[in-house]
Amino acid sequence: MRDSYAGRLQRRATTRRPLLHTSYRSDMALLNTRAKRYAVLALLLVGMSLPFLLPDAFLTELAGGSAYAIGAIGLMLLTGFAGQISLGHAFFAGVGFYTAAVISGDPDGRALGFGVTEILIWLPAAGLVAAAAGALVAPLATRLRGLYLAIVTLGLVFVGERVFAQWSAVTGGGSAGRPPPTVRLFGYRLDADGAFTKPQQLFWLMLVLLVVFAVVARNLARSNVGRAFTAIRDRDIAAGVIGVNLTKQKTVAFAISSFYAGCAGALFYTTVLNVNPNQFNLFLSVLFIVMVLIGGVGTISGAIAGAFLIALLPRFTDALAEWLPFISTRPQDVLNDSVTRFVLYGLLIIGFLLFEPRGLVGIWSRIRNWWTTFPFSY
Amino acid sequence: MTKLLEAFADGLGRGSVYALIALGFVIIYKSSRVISFAQPGFMIAGVVLVTYLVQVSWLGFFGAMLLGAVLIGLLALGIERAVIRPMIGRPIFAIAIITIGLDIVLRTVAHAYIGPLVRHVGDPWGTSQLHLGSVRMDQRHLAAVVTATVLVLLLFGFFRYTRMGLAMRAVAEDQEAALAQGVSVGAVFALSWALAGGLAAVAGSFAAAGVSVDNTFWPVALYALPVIILGGLDSLPGAVLAGLVIGVLRSLADAYVDDLSWLGENPSLIVPWLVMMLVLVVRPYGLFGTREVERV
Repeated sequence: MRDSYAGRLQRRATTRRPLLHTSYRSDMALLNTRAKRYAVLALLLVGMSLPFLLPDAFLTELAGGSAYAIGAIGLMLLTGFAGQISLGHAFFAGVGFYTAAVISGDPDGRALGFGVTEILIWLPAAGLVAAAAGALVAPLATRLRGLYLAIVTLGLVFVGERVFAQWSAVTGGGSAGRPPPTVRLFGYRLDADGAFTKPQQLFWLMLVLLVVFAVVARNLARSNVGRAFTAIRDRDIAAGVIGVNLTKQKTVAFAISSFYAGCAGALFYTTVLNVNPNQFNLFLSVLFIVMVLIGGVGTISGAIAGAFLIALLPRFTDALAEWLPFISTRPQDVLNDSVTRFVLYGLLIIGFLLFEPRGLVGIWSRIRNWWTTFPFSY
Repeated sequence: MTKLLEAFADGLGRGSVYALIALGFVIIYKSSRVISFAQPGFMIAGVVLVTYLVQVSWLGFFGAMLLGAVLIGLLALGIERAVIRPMIGRPIFAIAIITIGLDIVLRTVAHAYIGPLVRHVGDPWGTSQLHLGSVRMDQRHLAAVVTATVLVLLLFGFFRYTRMGLAMRAVAEDQEAALAQGVSVGAVFALSWALAGGLAAVAGSFAAAGVSVDNTFWPVALYALPVIILGGLDSLPGAVLAGLVIGVLRSLADAYVDDLSWLGENPSLIVPWLVMMLVLVVRPYGLFGTREVERV
């Protein structure tokens, strides 16, 4: 079949006319142009070689960014594709984190633990328990719409924060906290210095997992489930009329999104030594929303870009505090670096929504279009 | 019995504060169909402003509160004009998220001005109490109830008897029809934000009476969220009533904490949210909210 006329035409089309799709297959392809294929390959190669180029502190931030990105992809599926506004993402991340921490925790430790440190066991378990929690919340979501749902999921975060703080057998209690899950892959310890340093190993792990989760999400988005999600987002009544089962699809959306959140929660804190239950608060939920919005609603790559921007923002504000003499690093001053960072979070949300509603992806596509049509950029 | 009555009196005081903040949410929602998550930001900004204004000796607590409410109202009006107005016609969700961004900015700046120590609004009541027979009630709670009653009556009069109030009700009913009748919808939006900001500042001042203001003070305003859901997003009487209900429920949970030990320590922190979820399962549009009729 490769040398059939259609096949040749298609190959010509992908090389000469990138937007001319002559078959359903090429229309649905994940990487539909040759340039995209090379760009993604190059990006992956650069990503994999970063541990040799960057200092460990930077790698830890990037590893955290990858974990954030997994969570942001989950929220993107729920909010960006299915249109269900959830401020409860932090709660599901917390459920995932504590599942993983309990499974892999030290059996003789202060908090409950079963000592199964294999990541291939605790990571899926974290996702599944979080997904179950999401499916439990879904009945509320199927009855509510829009901002009512946002407020209910916000309530979920508050209730969850209290539960985490109270349930000290699992969480170590409000003031002490507990250590994060131990990471072993096929018996090899990743979160301690081995053949490479801890940040290097964790960075590779998170990058690989991010690629896996992102590809799964992209595939989901272009399948019948993803189309049902977008139909619900654009007009849920119309979607119901053309035969989308609203209750089922919203439940699926919540479950999948919570699965991603649970995995992100379990992974994100592997870089730190101790986790306090008040980490899983409203602010974390808002951060996830910010990542989705800044990245660009309705695109998986947007979620990833937004997550890395948010993860690297502290570094940016630190640098800003160094350049600009009026931003102090002393916490007792009114304009210090942490104030600058939070104000920047807020201004980024406002600025992007006002001036670039399509987010980072929108900026990128504008740059790309300018070059594609280069001398005639109007 | 005394315990019950005291919890009730305490709850009415708390509830008046929630009712005032919730009224702000509902006024904005009615005019523009947006839930403004910036209300906690306006509240804490108002409180911090009042703690500074009260240091001007001739203003006093009430003068500082009034001036603070007016200034926060003007701030809210300016923010609406600069940030929210350009978003008209865009998805409601996007506007709601912008208000979250506003909240983060307002709250961060206000917290920066609190500084490392706690601040006080300098209210005349402190923790002194009033004896009604065997029942004791905090004076600050009585003051909150009285102020809330006065403000609710003023608002009622404003909506019922003034031209601008009529315009606001018309916009709440149908924006386009109101526009066609010559109502300045933009002015209505601006006024609703100013009202909400001012109410939040007043409510915050009373919430801060007798306690100290620090970085953990702002979640008081978040209890207005279960209130508006309970009362229905577009019902002003619902907001007042639900505010009092939530306030009383929290105080009851505090008073009978031993009987609620299965909810963990401090059950009053989560009782409002649990009540909200229960109500939503039964009545998705709250107790007094209008059921939305969808057209395709």
